[in-house]
Amino acid sequence: MTLDKIQLDLLEKVADLHGVPSGAYNIRSNGTKAGRNTTANIDIVTKEDVDGIDIIIKPGTKNESVHIPVVLAESGLQETVYNDFHIGENSDVVIVAGCGIHNGGDAASRHSGVHRFFVGKNARVKYIEKHYGEGDGRGERIMNPTTVVELAENSYMEMETAQIKGIDSTNRKTVAKIADGATLIIGEKIMTHGSQVAVTEFEVELNGKDSSTHVVSRSVAKEDSQQKFISRVYGNNACNGHTECDAIVMDNAKVSAIPEIKANHTDASLIHEAVIGKIAGEQLIKLMTLGLTEKEAEEQIISGFLK
Amino acid sequence: MLELKNISYSVEDNGVKKDILKDISLTVDERFVVITGPNGSGKSTLAKIIAGIIKPTRGRIILDGEDITDLSVTDKAKAGISFAFQQPVRFKGITVKDLISLAAGKKISFTEACDYLSEVGLCARDYINREVNGSLSGGEMKRIEIAMILARSTKLSLFDEPEAGIDLWSFNSLTRVFENMHQSVKGNIMIISHQERILDIADKIVLLKDGRIRQIGTKEEIMPQILGATGYCPQIKE
Ligand SMILES: Nc1ncnc2c1ncn2[C@@H]1O[C@H](COP(=O)(O)OP(=O)(O)O)[C@@H](O)[C@H]1O
Ligand SMILES: [Mg+2]
Repeated sequence: MTLDKIQLDLLEKVADLHGVPSGAYNIRSNGTKAGRNTTANIDIVTKEDVDGIDIIIKPGTKNESVHIPVVLAESGLQETVYNDFHIGENSDVVIVAGCGIHNGGDAASRHSGVHRFFVGKNARVKYIEKHYGEGDGRGERIMNPTTVVELAENSYMEMETAQIKGIDSTNRKTVAKIADGATLIIGEKIMTHGSQVAVTEFEVELNGKDSSTHVVSRSVAKEDSQQKFISRVYGNNACNGHTECDAIVMDNAKVSAIPEIKANHTDASLIHEAVIGKIAGEQLIKLMTLGLTEKEAEEQIISGFLK
Repeated sequence: MLELKNISYSVEDNGVKKDILKDISLTVDERFVVITGPNGSGKSTLAKIIAGIIKPTRGRIILDGEDITDLSVTDKAKAGISFAFQQPVRFKGITVKDLISLAAGKKISFTEACDYLSEVGLCARDYINREVNGSLSGGEMKRIEIAMILARSTKLSLFDEPEAGIDLWSFNSLTRVFENMHQSVKGNIMIISHQERILDIADKIVLLKDGRIRQIGTKEEIMPQILGATGYCPQIKE
């Protein structure tokens, strides 16, 4: 596998990888496979009908990880990729996906990833996804990830997503169906600046008895950027659902939060919280009394908030 | 040494001018100067003026002979003023260690953090990585606020009602913190307090009432005034 400096840098940004990871991995670069490794318990198979892969994790697989980073360094590349994760019962795995775009040209680069997770009974998954864009070309860097989650009885999935820099436009959609006793935790972090636009949409169906979800979105919108946070949580059984949108707006940015929580069962307990506002003046002042300038104080507050 | 010269502060409240501080002149050159007085007498306002958070309408602030009246909050902090708020501020995602590091002006080691935190009765192991958010109690926040001032070790430290919410931790420990702090830093410490135990260690007590200095003196001189001042109930001391 040969990757150039730009591709290696992107890999580090989106997957914290310095070179080739250990364990199972599939690296996709500029629309083609740049490397793959499978293990005794984790198989990766190229799809026949569409562009994408199947990741098959055997039941009972413990403490293994899968990395599937994507890097796009060629300006103007547009792709849609379908990746399906079949996570066996009783397994406990970490999956790291991420997409880095370097666009040094004037044509738009777009990556749309559709990730579907079929999580078996009693399995635990931690899914980490990072998005990052760079390059001084005028071409837009566009990312539209869709995540579909089906959690079987008593399974648990924690999803951490971050889009901190450089993506001009994103339309992120997460849809989940949760069975008895299963839990989905989502933590999303977004920072937008310039004229970036980010739309993020969650739809969680709590179908199972004692199913639960906690969706937390923290975001910072700077300059002329715009963000929209849409969350829908449907409680169809005795369940607990909690969504939180916590956003800092700066400059001329705009943020909207549109929640829908719907109880279709008397034992469904659903909460939505949304807080949108500028950085609290007293936070800035406290840090300034420690000797920081207003600008330094602002940076500390934002980096802590998005940590 | 801090000198306040004829400090006044007025605000417009619904079109009516309200004098919050009236002609305050005061020198802080002792180890411990305690400002006391009824609620609403202007104590916190005075501390905020010294720290630069609000600008006085009139008067000058002199620190070691230098006029710092017009400096920003940041520059006053850099000139050597620290201020522990009456109501500590909470932050999402910022940890106790982050705040103490920012206060110290450098990355601090676990041992250093432990020195500051144990001084205020907190175990570093339990607290260093905690976020300074709503999960901490008021009393924990007050102690972290004090630990930050210790980490700064500046020539003037202001504490606004440091005893509030510190229930489990004894007042003896709190006065010892101030004494140790003076030993190591050698600066001047100004404490806004109603606590008799804190008045006990004062070299000088300033009694504020209705925005004016009512009296400056020792505890023996001030106590009768305090008990006589409206808003004070001798039964509600602790
Ligand atoms: N910006 C303001 N506008 C109107 N009133 C104020 C303002 N700031 C302080 N005050 C009033 O000034 C008085 C002194 O407040 P403060 O300094 O907080 O008193 P203390 O700390 O002694 O309890 C109070 O009556 C308070 O309500
Ligand atoms: Mg006060």
